[in-house]
Amino acid sequence: MLNVQIVIKKWVLYVRLDGELDQYTVDGLRTRIVELIEKYQIRYLVINCEQLEFMDSSGVGFIIGRFNRLKKVNGAVLLCSMNEHIYRLVYLSGLHRICIIKNDEEEVDKFLGVA
Amino acid sequence: MRNFVEMKFSAKLRNVVFARAAAAGFLLEHDLRLNIVNEIKTIISEAVTNCIVHGYLSNEEELVYMSLEIVDDKLIIKVVDTGTGIEDIEKAREPLYSTREFEERSGLGFTIMDIFSDELTVLSTPGEGTTIIAVKNIEYDAV
Repeated sequence: MLNVQIVIKKWVLYVRLDGELDQYTVDGLRTRIVELIEKYQIRYLVINCEQLEFMDSSGVGFIIGRFNRLKKVNGAVLLCSMNEHIYRLVYLSGLHRICIIKNDEEEVDKFLGVA
Repeated sequence: MRNFVEMKFSAKLRNVVFARAAAAGFLLEHDLRLNIVNEIKTIISEAVTNCIVHGYLSNEEELVYMSLEIVDDKLIIKVVDTGTGIEDIEKAREPLYSTREFEERSGLGFTIMDIFSDELTVLSTPGEGTTIIAVKNIEYDAV
């Protein structure tokens, strides 16, 4: 199960994930996020993992997909508030080399200048 | 010490969460460290998802077989499908290789299973199915 909370500030899309991100839950999430990115001309996607308990390679695929899309508008994917398991997966899959990693949303806001 | 459980379930993606939770439940009384349990859940998630998406091409009428066995300080995870099988196992195990790139899959499933397992065996015959056997050394919390 995955609960998703969404906030949009200017060109930044905040996605707060609560639960488990796997092949079953990623499809619904992808549909929503892809639509929002196009509709609101989003440049930065912030994925807040504070309540995300589990992720597998399906989640990695999803993040790579959004990175490729936002790269075209000189944007980026930011990941924050990851637990040890999520961080390890991010590191092992090399996502830390293509995403911006922050400790929490406050740091993200400072970085993006949208506070 | 020996402990064993086996199960069969429909090849539905919604059952991947069941497979992970069943493993976590089986291991609960063994008092494993949380990061070990998370690695085991990830191995199972990748293996079962592969059975459903690749082995059975999302045919939900099919069945996935899973067994978990503890022998002393090792957990042996076995995940079996009787689906399409893998033509080239070496290729399938390469990082970032995916037969279905257009579906936005990372191609990292096998790599992650490899990293999180202490031994990983992949047996597959095209047209007959695939068996994954992952062995995980389990460390107990000092009491």
